[in-house]
Amino acid sequence: MASIGKIARRTFLLGAAAVAGGVAVGYWYVSRPYENPLEGEVAKGEATFNPYVKIASDDTITVIAPRAEMGQGVATTLAAFVAEELDVTLDRIKVEHGPASYAYYNAEMLAESGPFNFFDDSFLAEMTRSALGTVGKVLGLQGTGGSTSARDGFEKMRQAGAATRAVLMQAAAARLSLPVAELATENGRIVHARSGRSVSYGEVALDAASIAPPKSVTLRDKKDWKLLGKTQQRVDMHDKVTGAPIFGIDVRLPDMLYATVLISPVFGAKPVKADTSKAEKMSGVIKIVPLETVYGSGFGVIAKNTWAAFKGAEALDVEWGKPVNPADTDGLMQVIADAATKGEGDVMRNDGDVETAFADAPQAQLIEAEYRVPYLSHAPMEPMNCTAQLKDGHLTVWAPNQMPTLIRWLCADLAGVPLEQTTVHTTYMGGAFGRRGEIDYALYATLIAKEADGHPVKVTWTREEDMQHDCYRSAFIARMRARLGDDGLPQALDLRVAGQSMMASLVGRIFPGRSAPGPDNTTTDGSHNQPYTIPNYRVTGIKAPLTLPVSFWRSVGNSQNGFFHESAMDEIAHAGKTDPIELRRKLMREFPAAVAVVDKVAAMSNWGEKLPEGKAKGFAFVLSFGSWCAQVVQIAQTPGGIKLEKMWIAVDVGTALDPGIIEQQMVSGAIFGLSAAMNQKITFADGRVEQSNFHDFDAMRIFQAPQFEVAILENYHRMGGVGEVGTPPAAPALANAVFALTGKRVRSLPLSDEVVFA
Amino acid sequence: MRLNVNGNSLEIDADPDMPLLWALRDIAGIMGPKFGCGIAACGACTVHIDGVPVRSCSLPVGAVEGEITTIEGLSKGGELHPVQQAWLEEQVAQCGYCQAGQIMTAVALLDEIAEPTDEDIDNAMGGNLCRCGTYPRIRAAVKRAAALKTAEL
Repeated sequence: MASIGKIARRTFLLGAAAVAGGVAVGYWYVSRPYENPLEGEVAKGEATFNPYVKIASDDTITVIAPRAEMGQGVATTLAAFVAEELDVTLDRIKVEHGPASYAYYNAEMLAESGPFNFFDDSFLAEMTRSALGTVGKVLGLQGTGGSTSARDGFEKMRQAGAATRAVLMQAAAARLSLPVAELATENGRIVHARSGRSVSYGEVALDAASIAPPKSVTLRDKKDWKLLGKTQQRVDMHDKVTGAPIFGIDVRLPDMLYATVLISPVFGAKPVKADTSKAEKMSGVIKIVPLETVYGSGFGVIAKNTWAAFKGAEALDVEWGKPVNPADTDGLMQVIADAATKGEGDVMRNDGDVETAFADAPQAQLIEAEYRVPYLSHAPMEPMNCTAQLKDGHLTVWAPNQMPTLIRWLCADLAGVPLEQTTVHTTYMGGAFGRRGEIDYALYATLIAKEADGHPVKVTWTREEDMQHDCYRSAFIARMRARLGDDGLPQALDLRVAGQSMMASLVGRIFPGRSAPGPDNTTTDGSHNQPYTIPNYRVTGIKAPLTLPVSFWRSVGNSQNGFFHESAMDEIAHAGKTDPIELRRKLMREFPAAVAVVDKVAAMSNWGEKLPEGKAKGFAFVLSFGSWCAQVVQIAQTPGGIKLEKMWIAVDVGTALDPGIIEQQMVSGAIFGLSAAMNQKITFADGRVEQSNFHDFDAMRIFQAPQFEVAILENYHRMGGVGEVGTPPAAPALANAVFALTGKRVRSLPLSDEVVFA
Repeated sequence: MRLNVNGNSLEIDADPDMPLLWALRDIAGIMGPKFGCGIAACGACTVHIDGVPVRSCSLPVGAVEGEITTIEGLSKGGELHPVQQAWLEEQVAQCGYCQAGQIMTAVALLDEIAEPTDEDIDNAMGGNLCRCGTYPRIRAAVKRAAALKTAEL
């Protein structure tokens, strides 16, 4: 593990040199960084051309979509990249996730982690993006997150399809003794129009695989796209409406045993005293295994079936150690509040001179407010689970996960087997939302498999265990002050955001003993990089000194900062007697893409119309993951409480690859954000999480769901993500609507602490 | 004990206290019903017993009497059930984990009410949680399924 720092340092140098030389984004065959992982696993009669394509003699075309399908439709869009250039329709191909391999590194995941705003196209910003992307390449970090998958695959997977088509054409030309220039492709065949002769891709696949790929390929123009830009049938839909066993929890192997875990409910604590005798005697229980990892300490219960494992875990009698953090929510929030007040932070945006702007501000022009958001659990529908087998010196892991190369690496280490003797299968995921970027479930399963005499063991967590052992979205507190000008517009805005550092928590878990130096972008992401122009504008992030496990939750830093920044904007609009949308038009005038989505959502929602008594609308905008998203929600007071009637969303994604999936993701992201804004909070007592299941940590139900209308725009010149973009504006749009409806400014989530929802 | 599942009679060797869900999944290898919460709060485990939707995670297998239908038993002769067909046409699923339960609840709803309103749908489906937020498409798919079923008659 010590080599990682070395590799990263070397890469930074390489990356910078490459950028200076002007070859940072090259054709990937030229610098082909990794072996094709498919070469070792092709069947007889099957050929592989690059890490993304296999074609068999019987015309089965397999495309590898090496990103985790957690519902966001990524398998479909990635497969469409290859299919577009291979000139076949999606129903002709089989899509697989493929093995965990460095060949599938995600360059985009790190590219936007630098200290530059998305809309900064300066040379320095571009150079840093390229260099950070190169780090991803050299580390071989295969990951799914940050709404990056389509942006990462867009060039390289289309190139893979085009290069494959080119060698198939060459092989066909040789077979048919015809010049390549006279051949065309059509529906999985290479055809010669004049003579009517043709061969299928499968018939020439083996020949084609021995032809060196071309040095360069020309990709189709956007106007010639046949699949991209159009709504496709999702490749996973049939399996998902027939109940096919595609999820991690559905893994079923010969001689398989079952297990569950009981991990210390007190974070950072170990068992002080344990009596396992009662559990060991339970019917169906085979063995109790002590577990200790960087994530937590506790026990695994191996049994003949999952139910017996659950009952066995209940029968464990364990006394746990003391918490290392304040034991309850009040104590934790006090630490965060102190950080917000006194903590030295990192200034992430500093336009003009904020101190001077506030020094002589008359009281009447000042606004001050404090906002709070709670800890949150991811709570995907499929509880954490993982299957592992350690047999004959080989470790095999079946995991619904977002980080397969990391799992391969750390589980191999834990099992004491070489990397080459470790295989990771990534299954479909029953939701993830960032939770499956963590790897605790795989570490526990590996430790349990070591004690299972070569049997595969499926380890399933109870919902209670899942909810009480998450890596949570941290709680945050933001202090805002603004100075208004005579025109009602803000002359100065100062925002201090304090909470636990997600990056520090993550680095501490994955690379124990190392710290994450420097500022953490995620603390202020969504506040420091918004397309507003305010003469004096400062955003500061402060790390609260707490060590509860925190991590990425759908939209990451934007999930809290969307609420802080856009609540502040609504307060500024109200205090300055400016319409909230008019305020945005004025402050965003330097960013036409932003103004366009604001105008669009205003038109769609008929903003400004006179509403009947008891109804109101709220607005919010957030630029996140490269996409510009504006939302309006309309709510109504009913006898049973506030009802969400309708939400309008306008989003500029730069290039819309699949409008159907984008619409799905906007609605999905918004409902995810609304669910948290309305009802969700994780609280602590005695060092433990108080919530345990969906009865006390629920999400939006169908009877609470508003109607949706989504407009997709393509004005901006760079492509944005879609999986997380709908989430950040949802909470502030709803809170702003609640203010418009009730006159009550709710500055602390969830809103249900202050108002009642129907 | 014997269970009648999807038209088959299965011999099941299980503790009678074991929830039906785990008997189906771990013993019988029927993986369509999903484990979500274990306390009948999310609906992912929904199966039918004599046509009535029940939460299999909270029903002891020893207490089960009647014909059990899971998502695997819905399609007949390779043809999708109209509700599955509607789900496919509306492209409802995202992660898909809750959808077997959603579909089983929708099938029971349509057996009860041939042409449900939005309110009927919201009332019947409120116990089925979806973390991906597919609710607007579920409403559309239930209505499409109603139309498909009517067309079949």
